[in-house]
Amino acid sequence: MPPRLQPVPGSAELTELADRVRPVALAGEQVLPVPPSLAGVLPWPGLRRGATVSVAGIGGTSLALALVSGASRTGSWVAAVGVGDLGLAAAAELGICLDRLAVIAEPPSEVWATVVASLVGAFDVVLVAPPARVGATATRRLAARQRERGTVLVVLDGHRATAGSRLDGRGSTAAHSALEVDLCLELADPDWEGLGQGHGRLEARRVVVQATGRRRAARPRRAELWLVDAGRRVAVVPGTEHDVPAAARTGGGVRPWGVPAGGGA
Amino acid sequence: MAVRSMVVWCRDWAVLAAGFGPDVPVAVLHANRVVACSPASRREGVTRGQRRREAQGRCPALEVVERDEGREARAFEAVVQVVEAFTPRVELTRPGAVTFPTRGPARYFGGDHELAEAIRVRVDEVLAPLDWAGACRVGVADGPFAAQQAALRSPGSVTVVAPGTSAAFLAPLSVAALDRPELVDVLTRLGMRTLGELAALPAADVTARFGREGQVAHRLAAGLDERPPATVAPPPDLHVDLDLDPPADRVEAVAFAARALAEDLFDRLADHGLSCTRVAVAAETERGEVLERLWRHEGVLSAGAVADRVRWQIDGWLHGSAAVRPTTGVVRLRLTPDEVVPARGRQLGFWGEETAAAERAARALARVEGLLGAEAVLVPEVRGGRGPAEQVMLVPASAVDLTATRSARSGPVPPWPGRLPPPWPAVVPAEPVPVEVIDADGRVLRVTGRALLDGVPVAVQIGAHRPLESSPLPTTDVRRIRAWAGPWPVQERWWDPHTSRRRARVQVVLDDGTAHLLCVEGGRWWLEATYD
Repeated sequence: MPPRLQPVPGSAELTELADRVRPVALAGEQVLPVPPSLAGVLPWPGLRRGATVSVAGIGGTSLALALVSGASRTGSWVAAVGVGDLGLAAAAELGICLDRLAVIAEPPSEVWATVVASLVGAFDVVLVAPPARVGATATRRLAARQRERGTVLVVLDGHRATAGSRLDGRGSTAAHSALEVDLCLELADPDWEGLGQGHGRLEARRVVVQATGRRRAARPRRAELWLVDAGRRVAVVPGTEHDVPAAARTGGGVRPWGVPAGGGA
Repeated sequence: MAVRSMVVWCRDWAVLAAGFGPDVPVAVLHANRVVACSPASRREGVTRGQRRREAQGRCPALEVVERDEGREARAFEAVVQVVEAFTPRVELTRPGAVTFPTRGPARYFGGDHELAEAIRVRVDEVLAPLDWAGACRVGVADGPFAAQQAALRSPGSVTVVAPGTSAAFLAPLSVAALDRPELVDVLTRLGMRTLGELAALPAADVTARFGREGQVAHRLAAGLDERPPATVAPPPDLHVDLDLDPPADRVEAVAFAARALAEDLFDRLADHGLSCTRVAVAAETERGEVLERLWRHEGVLSAGAVADRVRWQIDGWLHGSAAVRPTTGVVRLRLTPDEVVPARGRQLGFWGEETAAAERAARALARVEGLLGAEAVLVPEVRGGRGPAEQVMLVPASAVDLTATRSARSGPVPPWPGRLPPPWPAVVPAEPVPVEVIDADGRVLRVTGRALLDGVPVAVQIGAHRPLESSPLPTTDVRRIRAWAGPWPVQERWWDPHTSRRRARVQVVLDDGTAHLLCVEGGRWWLEATYD
């Protein structure tokens, strides 16, 4: 509409028409679906296309799988790069469609960014466990391509540690890589139910998840999560979602990775 | 009435194009399935559709090559040029077969039989140096489908079905000739085994029951063309042109341009609500040399399929014999939709372009395979089993057709008595990690023959087995057990001494809240998986 156009009779209808034809989701708000139970944890209504999400802490692999299951179930392809010891039975159980999953063995660190960049665009979601050293230039190029193509990168922080040292639940190596994270989901205080002293079996796990990030995600949110409950579903424990009070925050923006949720947490 | 057509078909073209003679047992594979095999391997019992293992089992000396449609098309260019000397309008459906209407050329050469014989002799001259003399079959009938069946089933090298008798010729053939596996399956179960029985049904009833696919099958069985003759001419402005500057003398450059051009063409067709079943691809060089080919597709062509065909055609031209090779680079590329049909739409997945997404994914995986090797790119395949690593196995993506629906997933899951109770662990190391489970006195626990622990586990030592049971326990890397359950014994394949396994599994939760699946086998403890 030219700016000098005077209001004319009927302009109210025009405004209404403009409202009606405006796209429902703006480009920056296009999201991949997530299971409804996880939507409350995220700052977006789903996984924002082009976002980089990191998942850290004990239970991170399960949370990452649950996070991308919504997209996988609705037709998106998922690739996992360098996550060779992924439990595929667990992936299927958490809702990943195995027909649309590809598992790429650990690439040498000098071609890691090239490999991920060639998957970005063709796959809607790429799960990665980045090696300790990825060149900053390659990573920047990857990030630009990823934002342009709308692929969601899910970083399994600390997954690379060997199974032995993973017993610590720490071992973040991704902290050194130059990937910029939009949202960081950190898990703490896992509590298993169902297993006793020589009887029972692992049935359900409760964890505390805290989401911190940039821009819209800057205000940390915290919730208790069943990962998974006795019915093998992921669910937020009702009434436990809340914003973290300002006093308890550890500072603005994204905390360095691998640092446990600190402050008054 | 169907157009009188001739099909020139070269038997086992995929094998020939791979550079093997008819006496070598060869199988050409795509996605781990045999798609073509040589006469020698057929004698050993190799057939289309077999898995690689099965084929190699039948014929241990089998040479296995991966299918390469570009290679086949490139090699086929020599045959197309021979046929083109007889008639200008040849049409390719796939490498190995050429179709063209015979009305004009048959009159000039004195009849269908004479024309077919003349072409067969010339094609055999091309094939003879490759040891494939006699591999050429020619069929003439009303309509391309009947002509193709005539070529496929001809006892000699030339079969001419007299005008007007195509329906009678097709009647005794099996419905499998329709090459529509799902429809054929239903028809066979309904008791219709021959094309004649299908053609005898009223067309309206077949259409009502089987929809468009049934309608096409019925028309083919009755000896008619696949579609009723199009009465609407395509709008004249549908062709797309592209000038290449500088001239392209490499296949890659032309193919790259063709991709964008094909997408442009399909956008235009979509604006008119049309889709294309036959496309003419013309390339012109600086000196005015022109190569034009018609490509037909059984279904409906897509932009990617057209780009592939342009690539094959240009590849065959640029790398052909010196007599036909162009002297300069390609300066112009033109795509003309030669035969269009109303776009009835393809049924895609509910969430949009599922097929397109699968194709994109397959292409990206092929690129990664190029970077890392075929064994580094894997896709899951459900196998079933009791342990976390046996439920789902990883197989190389190159052995699986990613764009096809993989129906192996469906069907009821067998019960697997004694399998691990859910939830499944999210981290399963490829190699189990050695651990020791110890009691309050620092003694390594054992599982008795009655599947009981001989003590109460209090801690797990991770990373290595103790060399001797009596050796002292290092104080580092020992984690206390908060809760545990087990052992759950599993004895698998006890009837086979080579693959039998006897194990017992224990679930533990450690003091830091991590949960693990331990297993004891042969007196040694391993960390099998982690509930991460």
